[in-house]
Amino acid sequence: MAITKKLKPIKISQKHLLGIQDLSISDVKLILQEAKKFIKLNKSRNKKTNILRGKTQINLFFEPSTRTQSSFELAGKRLGADVMSMNITNSAIKKGETLIDTAMTLNAMHPDLIVIRHQDSGASNLLSQKVNCSVINAGDGRREHPTQALLDALTIIERKKKIEGLRIGICGDILHSRVARSNIYLLNMLGAEVNIIAPTNLMPENIERFGVNKFSDMKKGLKDCDIVMMLRLQNERMSSSFLSSNREYYEYYGLTPDKLNYAKSDALIMHPGPMNRGIEIDTNLADDINKSVIKEQVELGVAVRMACLKIFCK
Amino acid sequence: MKKKYFLNAHIIDPLNSINEIGGLIINENGKIEAIGKKVNKDNIPGKEKFINLKGKHIFPGLVDLRVFVGEPGYEYKENFRTLSNAALSGGVTSVVTMPNTDPIIDNISMVDFLKRRGRDKSKINIYPTASLTKNLEGNNMTEFGLLQNKGIIGFTDGIKTIQNTRLMSRIMKSAHDLNSLIIQHAEDHELAKKGMVNDGIISTKLGLQGIPDIAEKIIIERDLTLLEEYKCRYHISQISSSKSSETIYQKKQNLDFSCGVSINNLSLNENDIGDFKTFLKLSPPLRTEEDRLALVEALNNKTIDVIVSDHKPEDEESKRLTFAQAATGSSGVETLLSLSLELFHNESVKLETLIEALTSNPAKILKINKGNLTIGNNADFCIVDIFEPWVVKKNNLFSKSKNTSIENKKLQGKVLNTYINGVELFKL
Repeated sequence: MAITKKLKPIKISQKHLLGIQDLSISDVKLILQEAKKFIKLNKSRNKKTNILRGKTQINLFFEPSTRTQSSFELAGKRLGADVMSMNITNSAIKKGETLIDTAMTLNAMHPDLIVIRHQDSGASNLLSQKVNCSVINAGDGRREHPTQALLDALTIIERKKKIEGLRIGICGDILHSRVARSNIYLLNMLGAEVNIIAPTNLMPENIERFGVNKFSDMKKGLKDCDIVMMLRLQNERMSSSFLSSNREYYEYYGLTPDKLNYAKSDALIMHPGPMNRGIEIDTNLADDINKSVIKEQVELGVAVRMACLKIFCK
Repeated sequence: MKKKYFLNAHIIDPLNSINEIGGLIINENGKIEAIGKKVNKDNIPGKEKFINLKGKHIFPGLVDLRVFVGEPGYEYKENFRTLSNAALSGGVTSVVTMPNTDPIIDNISMVDFLKRRGRDKSKINIYPTASLTKNLEGNNMTEFGLLQNKGIIGFTDGIKTIQNTRLMSRIMKSAHDLNSLIIQHAEDHELAKKGMVNDGIISTKLGLQGIPDIAEKIIIERDLTLLEEYKCRYHISQISSSKSSETIYQKKQNLDFSCGVSINNLSLNENDIGDFKTFLKLSPPLRTEEDRLALVEALNNKTIDVIVSDHKPEDEESKRLTFAQAATGSSGVETLLSLSLELFHNESVKLETLIEALTSNPAKILKINKGNLTIGNNADFCIVDIFEPWVVKKNNLFSKSKNTSIENKKLQGKVLNTYINGVELFKL
């Protein structure tokens, strides 16, 4: 618990956390080191600190979210900040107020941090141009979800002690996934080899130019992977003809013990949640404590978000 | 009106193959009395004053084939008066207005209103189009014949494409009978659904829904296949990709039609979108640098006939939004010529080719006697210092909306004066 009193000066190259794209490798290391310190704290009896006492954090969630929102809320509270979560369904947004006007209104209340989730790519960038405080992106459209990638990286490091040299397979709806994009940037930066696995209908254009290998055959893509990262498949993908059916998707892209055999024997399974059991992942695999680190991801998520809030709060 | 004399200008008039240093004389009625190298000091009566344009260019007034005006319905974005001022400051003396107003220009009762407003409020020549289909719904065609009789110059759904192939074939057959000009904005609706930018590395990076280049090509191929059967005056509004220009190049060998390009697609590429710049959310979208270069090449080899501004004024409230929510389009009529001149200065395109694509070619497609400096015609022209450097600043724009795609861009070439019917209506 040496972290609460004496704080080393922190240097981060960015004012806002909008995406992994903007971060340097030393930024990432700084965040991960800071997060590691909070892992212990979160397991201890007294989880409250006063690092952000007197600071105000506003959570602005335009899209429903259970774990990310509660994770950010808890992270802020454990750091001692005053946390306000805006319920968008009741807010002026529904009455036609634009994002910028909402931002100006909130800005007038002098927050120190705004955490935003929005269905449109680039929404956090737009917000950051209009407010004085730091903006933390909790997911914008299909562009980035930086804290998810950071917590994934931390989970891998905790288990595998490194990321460099690992082969990591990311499988599922890459096209619509901000988690995939942030992870690709981060894992590449940290020296992993990234395999992207998706049906061509859910594969973004030119993704190979991000320095990844792409596969539409899951077995080939999983070959010798150290980490298998599964993504959530949105139900509406079926109705819009990206795919034919859940059962066919499960047959070809669902993670089953049979397909997992292609990965290394000590491969770990990750999932950003919420899971569709029986669609993208076999239910027993998801719960297999020897292979699945899905619960650990949630746990470390709070630590990573605490680190981000602390570092990006002026 | 007094006679006007201009001497020593570099005159480019592609229709009459004039590209020489010479003079221009405007008679008392605002018509061109004499033009070219033969016009010199000796032609001027002793006491008359003349304007020495040494080092300056004279071009025919530009004809812009694709301009959106906010009247009726969106007067807060642009009205005829502000459009006219913006156009004049850019050397544009004739514009073709799109029917995407509120209400839509789809019946003859609207045409009188437009004509009257255009005449009373603007100083430039306004050539309104009407929609191809009623209320832009893509189901029933409008009354081409009656609308033409009232003064409609051509037919287009503007920002929309005729998706129904059978309807398109019938439109072409009617256009054949009535000698109507059909202007298609080529984009397959389903392939482009919810799309905002070019489908490729930038759409993947920014996480924005992409519009594949084949969405454009597939409509062009379909229309040209129809056109082989049902000949009519057919013009493709603007193309954006290398694939489209290849198709058009092939088809032009034995088929008569014309094709345009937006100056935005000729000058910018998808990388210019940068950090979600909504002013560069355009339709068709900006594509890759390879596509841009292919379009420049297509202009050079006459695959592309005209350059348009695709002037689409949008107020700030329509652009201060997330990229997905923001309106499409950029304001550009007043920078059309200057931005085109960039292609001359960087040695991509010959000056004469550019001026042809901005003046006589669009006029030919429209079958109007504009965009040239033929003796006896109305003296619509502009005087340009093609080397004058300047920086685009949105607050200096004349248009009511400031959504320029090239804010802070350094350009070379500025319109000094614009004349319509021999009257100076703009002076820098």
